[in-house]
Amino acid sequence: MIADFPLAEEQRFIWESAARFARDRVAPDAAKRDREHRFPFDLVSELAQLGLLGVKVQVEDGGSGADMTSYVLAISEISRACASTAVTMAVSNLVADILSRFASLDQKQRWLEPFLAGRMGPASFALSEPSSGSDAAALQMTAVRDGDAWVLNGSKQWITNGTHASFHLLFARVVDGPGPHPPGSKGITCFVVERGAKGLDAGTEERKMGLRSSNTAQLHLTDVRVPAVNVVGEVGKGYAIALSGLDTGRIGIAAQALGIMEAALAEGVRYAKERKAFGKALAEQQATQFAIADSRTDLEQSWLLTLRAAADRDRGAERTAKASSMAKLFSTEACGRVVDRMLQIHGGYGYVEDYPIERLYRDARVTRIYEGTSEVQRIVIARELLAG
Amino acid sequence: MFQLSETHQEIQKMARAFADKELKPVAASLDREHRYPAEQVKKLAELGLMGVAVPEDQGGAGLDNLAYALAMEEVSRGCASTAVVMSVNNSLYCDPVMRYATVEQKKAWLEPYASGKKLGCFALTEPGNGSDAGAASCTATLVSDASGEQWELNGTKAWITNAYEANAAIVFATTDRAMKHKGISAFLVPMPTKGLSLGKKEDKLGIRASSTANLIFENCRIPKGNLLGEPGAGFKIAMGTLDGGRIGIAAQALGIAQAALETAVEYAKERKAFGEPIAKLQAIQFKLADMAMRLEGARLLTWRAAVLKDKGAKYTKEAAMAKLAASETSTFVAHQAIQVLGGNGYVSEYPVERNYRDARITEIYEGTSEIQRLVIAGAVLKEG
Repeated sequence: MIADFPLAEEQRFIWESAARFARDRVAPDAAKRDREHRFPFDLVSELAQLGLLGVKVQVEDGGSGADMTSYVLAISEISRACASTAVTMAVSNLVADILSRFASLDQKQRWLEPFLAGRMGPASFALSEPSSGSDAAALQMTAVRDGDAWVLNGSKQWITNGTHASFHLLFARVVDGPGPHPPGSKGITCFVVERGAKGLDAGTEERKMGLRSSNTAQLHLTDVRVPAVNVVGEVGKGYAIALSGLDTGRIGIAAQALGIMEAALAEGVRYAKERKAFGKALAEQQATQFAIADSRTDLEQSWLLTLRAAADRDRGAERTAKASSMAKLFSTEACGRVVDRMLQIHGGYGYVEDYPIERLYRDARVTRIYEGTSEVQRIVIARELLAG
Repeated sequence: MFQLSETHQEIQKMARAFADKELKPVAASLDREHRYPAEQVKKLAELGLMGVAVPEDQGGAGLDNLAYALAMEEVSRGCASTAVVMSVNNSLYCDPVMRYATVEQKKAWLEPYASGKKLGCFALTEPGNGSDAGAASCTATLVSDASGEQWELNGTKAWITNAYEANAAIVFATTDRAMKHKGISAFLVPMPTKGLSLGKKEDKLGIRASSTANLIFENCRIPKGNLLGEPGAGFKIAMGTLDGGRIGIAAQALGIAQAALETAVEYAKERKAFGEPIAKLQAIQFKLADMAMRLEGARLLTWRAAVLKDKGAKYTKEAAMAKLAASETSTFVAHQAIQVLGGNGYVSEYPVERNYRDARITEIYEGTSEIQRLVIAGAVLKEG
């Protein structure tokens, strides 16, 4: 965090409670969970109890009623301790946000409130498919009406929390009959699909390079019947719902990258002060000092861009896409540079599991891919720039 | 921190309008002719931009450092040479005089400068030492003659911006070389004055409309009362001044980058290749996106350093970050702008080749990028 940034009391409160929880509960076993690919079930329910699964969800819906800035601070602190737990938390917040804004009262009572109370475990946001990621409107999963239910068919890919989610916010295209269906936002609808639904297979877990204690799965749906009352928002209006989560998603990942950078820089500085070469500490050598200076500058610039994007959202600015994309692009690419430089300072020790930098390096990589690749962010920024 | 106040927005708007009307049209010819922008500087003075953060009762505009950074960026967007003239007068001359001069000294040495009637310069660097300013070899010796005690200056100062136009210089000289940087004091030297001569005008890669030259002191005598601040405080004054100067140069770098980006965006919309405007090509879009993103990040660092200075908080590390990021962003953006324009970027019909040349100096003066990194690393290693 940048020490001089002015925070409101509530923002500071959330930040400090997240930092305390991260230090006491999340950090201690992070390396072990990563090695064992072990999902942090206990931490998810503790996060819920702290109000950190629905940071921005209004208090009436069981959330913390805080703002985007608070959300950034909370995610960054959890991420500093464990980026896997941070992404689990980020996706949960995204789901909770959407339910809070688009779900009916009944739906909120059924899924949102128990979820935020920590009684349901994690939830998932299922948009990407095996052949549509950046181009989300090209999704092929179909929903066909049958009586008081919808029948869903297709596959979802890269679904964080997929295996363990008690329910999925899942996007499918409402169609009349068999495809192929033209790409585009037409017909895309948001459904709640519950765990254990007949025909839902959520068991195929990915073996990932990083974020190993988070869960990423494929979902295969074969004639899954979803009650009509499980449609969130209106039929055919799902694409707008998915887009409405973009800023939160991107700012959340920018914050995750901030946490990884904070941790990496602290590790690099610590090592540089201890390790000696040619008769003096690495920290006293310009090559190391420059790596640290560039990393800190990268980090503080990332903080400012991310907090600015959050502040724009918090004051209800009209156009926030460019600021969010800049925050996500800059922070995640800066994160890649920072973990690389800090690993280099560690030399061979950076390449083995004995030091946290090895895990941080692996965890960092995905931030440039999910919630919109760097390439998608550049397209968004360029579009805004050229429109002006 | 992210929302500018109304006053700040007004300053920004005013400086932008001025740059569009008075600077952009003449920047290329000033550059080509290596001609000092005398009229333009006079108009800057009328707008209060030669002493932005100096209180009104001391001749300035009575605004703050954020206002200064905003105005600086806009002026630089119009003409980076005019911007450096403004920057040296504001940050390197008025700021230390405002902070260290006595009330009596301020009458003569601050008011006319902050109001822009006169122009100041700052003489720290020497031919043999730049980044290592503590190694100053210019000497100041107290001598007595018929008119009483006086300081006698000897030695050469190098790379002095505004040398040919300035009416005064803050000169750093050592009274006791054995004391190293603690023997350095700051002096107020009128220009011209006996015993002070100017070297040749440097023929520079960029910022060609500003003058840069050596100041050569040969038994140059100035009144004893022209000492600025305490004896031996010169190094501290210089370093503190440069902290603020870095905000100015960061803002100058932002302005150059903004100008280059704007040209590149306009060009990309008009220029066609393969049957469509090149703005439709991802290769071009991605360049523009990276340029805009880095510019925005550097701008936030710059505003933040200015805000910290205005609050009276420590800002050495933050100013170094702002300067480092903004200047490296500026060379990056100007480079990419040339790439977007292709051959047209390489000729003087378009402003980006000048932007490219002007940007380059921002990584060198008022502390090279390497010095900024040392400052930042020193602070981080101390913190953590």
